Amino acid sequence: MRRAASAIGLHATAIVLALWVVLPIYFITLAAFSTPDAVYDYPKQLLPRDVSTETMRFFLESEAVYGALGRSVMVAAVTLVLSLGIGTPAGYALARFAFRGADTFRLTIVSTRAFPIVILSIPLAVMFLRWGIDDSVFGLALAHTALALPFAVLVTSSVFAGISVELEEAAMTLGCSRAGAFRRVALPLALPGLAAAAIFVFLISWNEVFAASILTLRNPTLPAQVLAVLEQSPLPFRFAGGFFLLAPSLIVIFVIRRYLFNMWGRVIR
Amino acid sequence: MADVSFQGVRKSFGKIAAVDDVDLDVTDGEFVVLLGPSGCGKTTLLRCLAGLEKVDTGRVVIGGTDATNLPPRRRRISMVFQSYAVFPHMRVFDNIAFGLRMQKERKTEVKNRVQSSAELLHIEDLLDRYPAQLSGGQRQRVAVARAIATKSDVLLMDEPLSNLDALLRLEMRAELKALLRQLGATTIYVTHDQVEALSMGDRIAVMKAGRIVQVDSPLVVYDDPADTYVGGFIGTPPMNFLDATVEGGRVSVSGGTLPLANGAGDLSGRELLLGIRAEAIMVEDEPSENAIRATVLVLEPLGSHNLLTVRSGKDMLKVATPPHLFRPVDSDVWLRLEPERIRWMDRATGDAIAARADPPVAGALVDPP
Repeated sequence: MRRAASAIGLHATAIVLALWVVLPIYFITLAAFSTPDAVYDYPKQLLPRDVSTETMRFFLESEAVYGALGRSVMVAAVTLVLSLGIGTPAGYALARFAFRGADTFRLTIVSTRAFPIVILSIPLAVMFLRWGIDDSVFGLALAHTALALPFAVLVTSSVFAGISVELEEAAMTLGCSRAGAFRRVALPLALPGLAAAAIFVFLISWNEVFAASILTLRNPTLPAQVLAVLEQSPLPFRFAGGFFLLAPSLIVIFVIRRYLFNMWGRVIR
Repeated sequence: MADVSFQGVRKSFGKIAAVDDVDLDVTDGEFVVLLGPSGCGKTTLLRCLAGLEKVDTGRVVIGGTDATNLPPRRRRISMVFQSYAVFPHMRVFDNIAFGLRMQKERKTEVKNRVQSSAELLHIEDLLDRYPAQLSGGQRQRVAVARAIATKSDVLLMDEPLSNLDALLRLEMRAELKALLRQLGATTIYVTHDQVEALSMGDRIAVMKAGRIVQVDSPLVVYDDPADTYVGGFIGTPPMNFLDATVEGGRVSVSGGTLPLANGAGDLSGRELLLGIRAEAIMVEDEPSENAIRATVLVLEPLGSHNLLTVRSGKDMLKVATPPHLFRPVDSDVWLRLEPERIRWMDRATGDAIAARADPPVAGALVDPP
């Protein structure tokens, strides 16, 4: 009886939490794919009625959005390369080698995350102005890398920690060098996990708005652009912008999930 | 094929010496088992041989070449890991072919050798599968096939059977022994299972706290343990040890006195331990001057024999009796200890006192026909 009650409670909580997340997404999506007029209707439509791409077209064709979209992709891509390029070796070292101060190092990595970007942004902007990399894709990507790197290190380290050392050792007894064992055994096995880390790093940059708003003025990324014009823009534009920002995350999660969880005939968690 | 030699090998982790000054020579084609409880350094010693651990001092010689500073891939060894370490992202075929491809063997040669290794392990039907689609026993076979495919000089095995269930282990033990004999490769085999060690090895190296305590053929290690540690570790049940002294031409233990046996005449006045295997004790119903009195505490029928736990004086003994011999609990029995199977140890050090004029030759007892 008590177990049944707690099961019902658990399910109810799960449903409430799911609705909490899903309902706004649903309404944003609905509004983004309705005619601009329908957005102003009252009462709100609950089911798709006036389906049209007019609102989305309006958003995409509006001034500066196209360029901002391109910059967002560029910044996220550079962030991804930098974060994983630096983070993967660090993660591997943390997972494989017991070195003096490893725990301190791990803690330091986490604690950088506790340093708010709000405080970081102003001095960063000053530095970037001095170095002449303000308002640039590379400059913003550097700031985003600072945000994403701790995450990249910790995730890749747990990915490598999940791959048995004995697999690499076996490769070494079978003729591989240290590096060869990494390349032939650890790396292929880590790929799904590294892909997941890459996706999340990409999304951290894609969704980041604060540093983007401060460090870019004439060349904003998409979130910065949407935020900048939010106050002056009509309601349909806001919904379309909202949808456009959240869509990549959703698509990526849906598409990648299958690949992440099922590879080589077994389930990877 | 190659011989292997450890010369004064030492390896510490922090302040703890995992391997402490080990000397061991393994001849070409020999099957040596490193036996000991967990933490005794046997796996570390094996990993020093594989090149996966760097020795602190001492030398590791493989096939006459000083391999101390060679990386694993230059040592002409192959290894079976306790966790099997089968590559999960490769099919069975590619797993077995891995070492051959690293050696840049020709494609047809790779195919032939994979096929023949797989056939030896009876997994030729599984070559297209991924490891995740195999049972534990099958994965174990893949690991062995992968290790023997490269035809390395020395085969290292780190508790290869310990993750199998009991029945499978028994089956695989015999199969592995036959297979390794057929291959004739020098084999170093690590286990904590003394039955495995006794049943498989040409010689057993018993380890304790990073040191090798005794290296001998299984029968010698069983019959003539170098000290109380070996006697107590090997055999089910372990060897019985009784405090004993030699006085007035008789052996005196807490439960009574026995006639002199096995060179005990030279030991009068010394503090001794009398070591005797459970199956070397005869149970009799009548008192005699060759037997000591004991009380039955527990009787365990085990099918092939019965195991009695008895108390004699202040000593507890395990006695193996024929399966038809039942003695009720609390009844009195008389124990006759087979004189030639009594072993003498020094009570203070626990070391065996060599009493026999002619200790058995190590090679002679290997492989009874």
